Amino acid sequence: MRDVRGLDRTTAVSTAAVLLLGAALGLIFFYVPTDADQGFSQRIFYFHVPIALTSYVCFGWGAWKALRVLRTGDERADLESYVSIHLGVVFGALTLLTGSIWARASWGVWWTWSEDQLVLFLVLFLFYCAYFMLRFSVAPGRSRSNMSAVYALFGVVLIPVSFLAIRLSKEFIHPVVFTSHGPQMAASQFATFCVAWAALLLLYATLYRVELAGKRVDASLRELRELLT
Amino acid sequence: MTYAADVVALARKDLLLELRAKETLPAMLLFVVSSLAIFHFALPAGTSHDAALGLLWVALVFTALLGLTRAFVPEREQGLFDALVLAPCDRSAIWLGKAIAVLAFLVAAEIVALPAFAAFFSGIDGRTVVAVALADVGICTVGTLLGAMAVAGQARELLLPLLFLPLAIPIVVGGVGASAGAGSRYLLFLLLYDAVFSLLAWASFEYVVAEQ
Amino acid sequence: MAHVIRARGLGKRFGDRRVLAGVDLDVPAGGFLLVTGPNGSGKTTLLRLLAHLAAPSSGELELPERHRLGYLGHDPLVYRELTPLENLTLFARLYRVSERGERVGMLLERFGLWNVRHQRVGSFSRGMQQRLGLCRVLLHDPELLVLDEPTNALDADGLALLDDVLADAQRTRVVATHDPGRVEGLATVRLALA
Repeated sequence: MRDVRGLDRTTAVSTAAVLLLGAALGLIFFYVPTDADQGFSQRIFYFHVPIALTSYVCFGWGAWKALRVLRTGDERADLESYVSIHLGVVFGALTLLTGSIWARASWGVWWTWSEDQLVLFLVLFLFYCAYFMLRFSVAPGRSRSNMSAVYALFGVVLIPVSFLAIRLSKEFIHPVVFTSHGPQMAASQFATFCVAWAALLLLYATLYRVELAGKRVDASLRELRELLT
Repeated sequence: MTYAADVVALARKDLLLELRAKETLPAMLLFVVSSLAIFHFALPAGTSHDAALGLLWVALVFTALLGLTRAFVPEREQGLFDALVLAPCDRSAIWLGKAIAVLAFLVAAEIVALPAFAAFFSGIDGRTVVAVALADVGICTVGTLLGAMAVAGQARELLLPLLFLPLAIPIVVGGVGASAGAGSRYLLFLLLYDAVFSLLAWASFEYVVAEQ
Repeated sequence: MAHVIRARGLGKRFGDRRVLAGVDLDVPAGGFLLVTGPNGSGKTTLLRLLAHLAAPSSGELELPERHRLGYLGHDPLVYRELTPLENLTLFARLYRVSERGERVGMLLERFGLWNVRHQRVGSFSRGMQQRLGLCRVLLHDPELLVLDEPTNALDADGLALLDDVLADAQRTRVVATHDPGRVEGLATVRLALA
């Protein structure tokens, strides 16, 4: 019966995600006024930044579950951590893609090294890809869960350290949208941004639940097969 | 204090091992000088001092990687983690002793590398030396932990660079900034990196060598 | 009588592979557990579980604290580039052995390694390395000895020394071997793995 309830919750989350995504797309393409400086292509900002923020959430949740793995040795938490980080890498790849498109549209280049924010996101992306290499090269078990957890914690500490490295660099061509005085956006833009971010968070939640459920079924099947042989 | 005595005994053991085997340190020395020589040929004429400094940091990071890859090999090849892990001493002492030994090798390599750089390219100032010293601490503390992880897996020579290089990037940012004279805040950043990641490595090492 | 080892339904899996299942054990203090079975039957895995080197996947396991036991695996677990003296002194320090110098010296003499105490272990025969391994295992006077195939590399002298160690009923002993003939008589608890 617990599975049925779980299924209901997943259905609810996915429905909400679809609805909100639809709303966000509507707002992005029809409601928000065209930006004076950058034109129509500025709209990719409403994808790019929420996707980036969502991948930080993915890595953060992965690190939270990693802490659980270390403290309790719970194998389930290891799977949850892995799935969240996996999704974080997917969203990270999308961040780099949308960032690249935005750079091309705004500044005419596909990539720019002087853009530290983009570069450091590349660093995180590389770091978490190495997470998968680590998992592939160690046999499944307590050892692998522990090492993955430790590495995930290193990753999440790397995020603020990387932000600090950004602040140290001088060149800024990435438009600074959020200052300490609050977002430098009109109300309509801010509202659209928030809807887009909420939609993406729900998308993450949906994908997380679906992937986790799938992997748990895999694991149960394998256990059953083991018992029967 | 017994923790300090354990660390000293373990570091001493690692230095003795290298003294007898004579594998890692000569390789690191040769590698760093060869790299600097290659960089001379790789850089076009009239390259700025800053660009050359950047390559110094690249050479140092990869030389460190060479040392780190060899760090836990005796323990892994001879199954010695089993004997070390059962001891009542704090497991983080294993990490600290090893990190100190690797640091010693890295500093030895730099004692050759920095003058070589000054001779091949242009001078090194005090700021660079401090930056290198601070960076070394970060490299060794983080790298030793990752070295223990990599050695548990299958393709250790392949895995350690992949695990280590993303974490080394902030070190290089701080190091190059400091040695290029861009401000002492880069040195402070290195100090922060060292503090934060050393603490994390110290606290998490016991999980890396825990039971399977 | 206090049980040194107690296991109920002990099992171990590596990913999908089940190596051990449903092992029950009661080994009293001073007892001798003999584990037999063909290669690949899980003897090494069981011994690692009994030495705190692996965690059970299922079941319960009670053991003495990790530093009250001594483990000798397929490798003698000593640094090949160091001398016997350096090896034992290091482990004596890590295992908090009191009167280190005396104890190390006594063990080296007992196992016939005193004369070569300043030579690199790497230059020894396999039998001598195994003897050094036995020294290491006894260094901190453990309450429980866990030995995996200890007879493997030993020569005649070494085997005689091992017999002495195994006959000492003051320690609880666990020995895994695929050739039980030698130690059959000493065993008080037997476990045959399939």
